[in-house]
Amino acid sequence: MSDIAEESPFRRFLSEFAASKIALGGLIVFTIIALAAIFANWIGPQNPYDLAQLDIMDGRLPPGSKSGAGYTYLLGTDDQGRDMFSGMLFGLRISLAVGVGSAIFAACVGTTLGLLAAFFGRRTDAIIMRVVDLQLSFPSILVALMILAVLGKSVMNVVLALVIVDWAGYARNVRGIAMVERKREYIEAAACLALPWRRIMFGHLLPNCLPPLIVIATQQVARAIALEATLSFLGLGVPITSPSLGLLIANGYQYMLSGKYWISFYPGIALLVTIVSINLVGDHLRDVLNPRLKR
Amino acid sequence: MIELRGVSKRFGPTYDAAARVTRGIAARFGRPQKSETVHAVDNVSLTVARGEVVGLVGESGCGKSTLGRMVAGIMPPSSGEILFKGRNIATLPPDAAKDAKLKVQMIFQDPYASLNPRLRVADIVGEAPRIHGMIPPGQFDTYLDEQLRRAGLDPAFKRRYPHQFSGGQRQRIGIARALAVQPEFLVCDEAVAALDVSIQAQILNLFMDLRRDLNLTYLFISHDLGVVEHLSDRVLIMYLGRIVESGATEDIFGRANHPYTQALLAEVPRIDARKRHFTAIKGEIPSPIAPPSGCHFHPRCPHAMPRCSEEAPVSREIAPGHHSACHLNDRR
Amino acid sequence: MSATLEVRNLRTHFHTRAGVVKAVDDVSFSVDAGQVLGLVGESGSGKSVTGFSIIGLIDPPGRLAGGSIFYRGQDLAKISEREMRSLRGNRIAMIFQDPMMTLNPVLRIDTQMIETVQAHVNVSKAEARARARDALGMVGIPSPEERLNAYPHQFSGGMRQRVAIAIALLHNPDLLIADEPTTALDMTIQAQILAEVQKLTAEHGTALIWITHDLSVIAGLADRIAVMYAGRVVETGEAADVLDHPVHPYTHGLIGSVPSRNHRGERLRQIPGMTPSLLSLAPGCAFRSRCAHATDACAQEPPVTETSPGHTARCFHPVSS
Repeated sequence: MSDIAEESPFRRFLSEFAASKIALGGLIVFTIIALAAIFANWIGPQNPYDLAQLDIMDGRLPPGSKSGAGYTYLLGTDDQGRDMFSGMLFGLRISLAVGVGSAIFAACVGTTLGLLAAFFGRRTDAIIMRVVDLQLSFPSILVALMILAVLGKSVMNVVLALVIVDWAGYARNVRGIAMVERKREYIEAAACLALPWRRIMFGHLLPNCLPPLIVIATQQVARAIALEATLSFLGLGVPITSPSLGLLIANGYQYMLSGKYWISFYPGIALLVTIVSINLVGDHLRDVLNPRLKR
Repeated sequence: MIELRGVSKRFGPTYDAAARVTRGIAARFGRPQKSETVHAVDNVSLTVARGEVVGLVGESGCGKSTLGRMVAGIMPPSSGEILFKGRNIATLPPDAAKDAKLKVQMIFQDPYASLNPRLRVADIVGEAPRIHGMIPPGQFDTYLDEQLRRAGLDPAFKRRYPHQFSGGQRQRIGIARALAVQPEFLVCDEAVAALDVSIQAQILNLFMDLRRDLNLTYLFISHDLGVVEHLSDRVLIMYLGRIVESGATEDIFGRANHPYTQALLAEVPRIDARKRHFTAIKGEIPSPIAPPSGCHFHPRCPHAMPRCSEEAPVSREIAPGHHSACHLNDRR
Repeated sequence: MSATLEVRNLRTHFHTRAGVVKAVDDVSFSVDAGQVLGLVGESGSGKSVTGFSIIGLIDPPGRLAGGSIFYRGQDLAKISEREMRSLRGNRIAMIFQDPMMTLNPVLRIDTQMIETVQAHVNVSKAEARARARDALGMVGIPSPEERLNAYPHQFSGGMRQRVAIAIALLHNPDLLIADEPTTALDMTIQAQILAEVQKLTAEHGTALIWITHDLSVIAGLADRIAVMYAGRVVETGEAADVLDHPVHPYTHGLIGSVPSRNHRGERLRQIPGMTPSLLSLAPGCAFRSRCAHATDACAQEPPVTETSPGHTARCFHPVSS
């Protein structure tokens, strides 16, 4: 036992994660998508939001057409004459930024509140959890729509709406995990050592709640991306000047029946692949991090 | 060193707003819900003198772990006072209360659950002394190594995580963690129960060495009468939240007075007994939610009288330093 | 008298990612009808795996790697899974440390017991229920008729273990394997269970293998003792011989470390070091790194020597005491 090298829990986790080919595939696909989104400026042949580069005459060209400037519209163009491929990369960037950003903020808020509720119990717990119940009893799409209707369209407002919708889920999950961990002897030992409560909560309780939290966060990123796409599709999400995948799908929706499928179809595929790859990673993370499924 | 005066601990379910409303409605329609309060520890008084090893024996649900946690300052008592060196812990100013808390440390039963799996040994042992500023700067590593060595661990392993150690070694890490804050009193809650026989002997020897070297005082909680007899100067026997008998180890094991103690001693499997016929006292251990009336032991007691179900016996001194709570002693 | 069970050179290996774990390595012993064999060992000694091997409950990555298990002359290591199923729970039964290994938490006791009865004998439901009731009464469960309708969670730990024992004894097995069934129980409850098991096996002539780490329990219960260390039986013999005159240094140390064998308040005699990992086990005697008597010879496989009639040890340097 003691002749194993200094194997940290993190290293062990990495080697176990890599054991699943599907999850590894998901991770690779997601990494490619994320890199493509980050470097959209360099990968895309066109900056679709620089009006000087657009030519309205190129509108609704099918995939493979030649542009006036000489390059090929790989996935065709939309009604404004934007290259769909470039538009998608920029759209991905918005979608991912909104999804990941809101998930991180929501995780911070929800985790802190969930930990506080579990750690202090009694009245703190009662107050926080009743707010959570209230929040979770509204359909999230409705709450988000209302917030955006009041605040108006902007990327930041979409992030804010998603945080408001999502924090409660984190809080409830984290509280449940923390309630179990809090009763373990190492927390009692920390209390016995008179460590400050902040130290016990963030130094001892939080790290042991992290594995399930990471799984939840992954699933929430996928959920936030889908929700953002829905909001944008409904026209209440991001503004037209910074379109996400959802808005691109909405843009092409009216042309679907006239055979110009590519305007909606390719952004839809991109959305699907993104969400599936995140969920594949998330599912396998759950298997690896769940001690009950350990062999 | 430690004195408990009339200490009780009750666990009741905590009701949130919704539960209170439904209970209110139920009561209104003539269906009051029973409140399930557990009297885990019921009016216990005891003293532990400096340098003494006091064994606390009892079966599951008797409240011995709860009592140990109250002594170690992990749980506050519901009523009663806990005095450390003559001062009530609950009324001390914050700094003095922290110091008193650090002087009393606890060794836990489960060598797996009692160590934070995400921390390296160096952090598990060194965190508290560092945060409380107990070590002069620059001497941290020497101090840490000394703690580990004293608990019988090789300081070379301090960068490792708990999962890389065996049960016995983990228990040593737990001991090093407690010793690192320089305690004077150790509460050991079934500290060797989860260990193999050969490892158990090593850890018990460590406890005895530490007692000698550091002049430690122990409250040694265990269900294992053999271990308690070997280690303790005095023994307390607990049954369903109450101390039924206490006395010097020789008195308890040689002249047990309470019928429960006698029954326990009769049933200890002994390595010297060959192919013996096992006989058993009747009945289950009652639930602490609804303990029997009067003397909690009366439904299982071979000497039970009508009075036993009506009146809880008070503890009285039956010989110098030997107390027992049984109505039988009144007749003598 | 021929033995109810005779285990010869049993080997059970686990093929894990990290390598082959020889959990049971060349284990031999036998139990006669009505006899109690105490199988003693610490965690990782292979005592439980031995029990599971006999009853055919070794799951991959583990498998029987050799040896034979003769139950009334029939080699259990060679029979089919179907034949094994008809023996298991019928002629050979097992009780576990956790009674919930036997009990299904969502089924009532009567459902489970009737099922067990009808799995092996063709009787009516009423007859099966009557047998179940009698079995519960036999293990000392008060008002068995009503308790039949209860769910496992309505019983205390001790009562659950009694139910598990009742189920194990439903068909009056010839062999009962008990894997630490009283370890998790309180002293007074442990004594009750020991009393019941002792009475029942004596009455029915059941051969009993009692697996435990607790020498004190075994002292009062067993006729013969087999001490296991790192997958091997290091010493066997009559209970009194092994406990009073242990010859293997490990047994010697183990008995010496029991508090009641030491003077009160003094340091206990302890075995240094810890149980070796079965993964990286060097050939030769597995105990030699902890042994005070070890010599260079111990790097070789120690022979099984008979130090007195019926008392054997696997050691080059048996202790005389």
